[in-house]
Amino acid sequence: MTGAPLAAAVAAPVNLNGPGHYVGWGIFHFSVANVVMVAVIVLALIAALLLPFPKGRDRG
Amino acid sequence: MTEQLVRTRPTGGWTGSLRRGMERNLPPAKLLPDEQPSYVASWIYVFGVLTLTALLVVVGSGIVLSVRGPDWWHTSAVGHYFNSVHLWSVELLMVFMSVHLIGKFFMAAWRGRRALTWITGAVSFIACATTALTGYLIQQNFDAQWISTQAKDGLNAIGVGAYFNVMDFGQMMLWHVALFPIVVALVVLLHILLVRRRGVVPPIARAGAAGDRS
Repeated sequence: MTGAPLAAAVAAPVNLNGPGHYVGWGIFHFSVANVVMVAVIVLALIAALLLPFPKGRDRG
Repeated sequence: MTEQLVRTRPTGGWTGSLRRGMERNLPPAKLLPDEQPSYVASWIYVFGVLTLTALLVVVGSGIVLSVRGPDWWHTSAVGHYFNSVHLWSVELLMVFMSVHLIGKFFMAAWRGRRALTWITGAVSFIACATTALTGYLIQQNFDAQWISTQAKDGLNAIGVGAYFNVMDFGQMMLWHVALFPIVVALVVLLHILLVRRRGVVPPIARAGAAGDRS
């Protein structure tokens, strides 16, 4: 898969070719892209706190 | 040799006092440690290094873009690639730095005489965000036009629009590639040196055990 088909396959999950999408809560308005980034940051923070850290080799 | 330095009467001049200050505060073992306390074995402590790594990729890809110029990054496949690397490394930089900032906030990372470390970290966050803003302004696309026309109202409202004019492409370009990178580099360097000097902040529960005074 090369060229246009590859680009179409990669672009399919997130189609950015159009007006932006927004969500609102009262006087607050957020773009969906910003909401996704905030969610990613929160998930990364929770994962960093909960996931076990691999143990390194003991250097004696 | 060390005894000689201690016994020798301190000489005048800023070079001598700077050298003595560096020897006292940043000995090689602190500057390049090969061991860390056991509490550092946690993913939350990784995000500082991830932030630095992303910053290095940002700087590296930015140097390539500035050497080849906009005609190259807008029209060639390799130019598009480096343009994308520059953009997405900035996105990762801000994500990593946000997690680092939130994690350190809830650790109260200013404990143990680390106030200046915390302050330089906060300033470097603001410096990186401002540098990123100027980068988005010089994309030469509709996104850049939208951001500049939105940002100008806020900046005019706080009275800095005449000095920091987001509608002035030339000023934003030069601040992005010349002025702000110097500020970011200096503040981040100071932040790293302070982290090395005071050590990584222990978790609150371990603070007493690690001999850390809050």
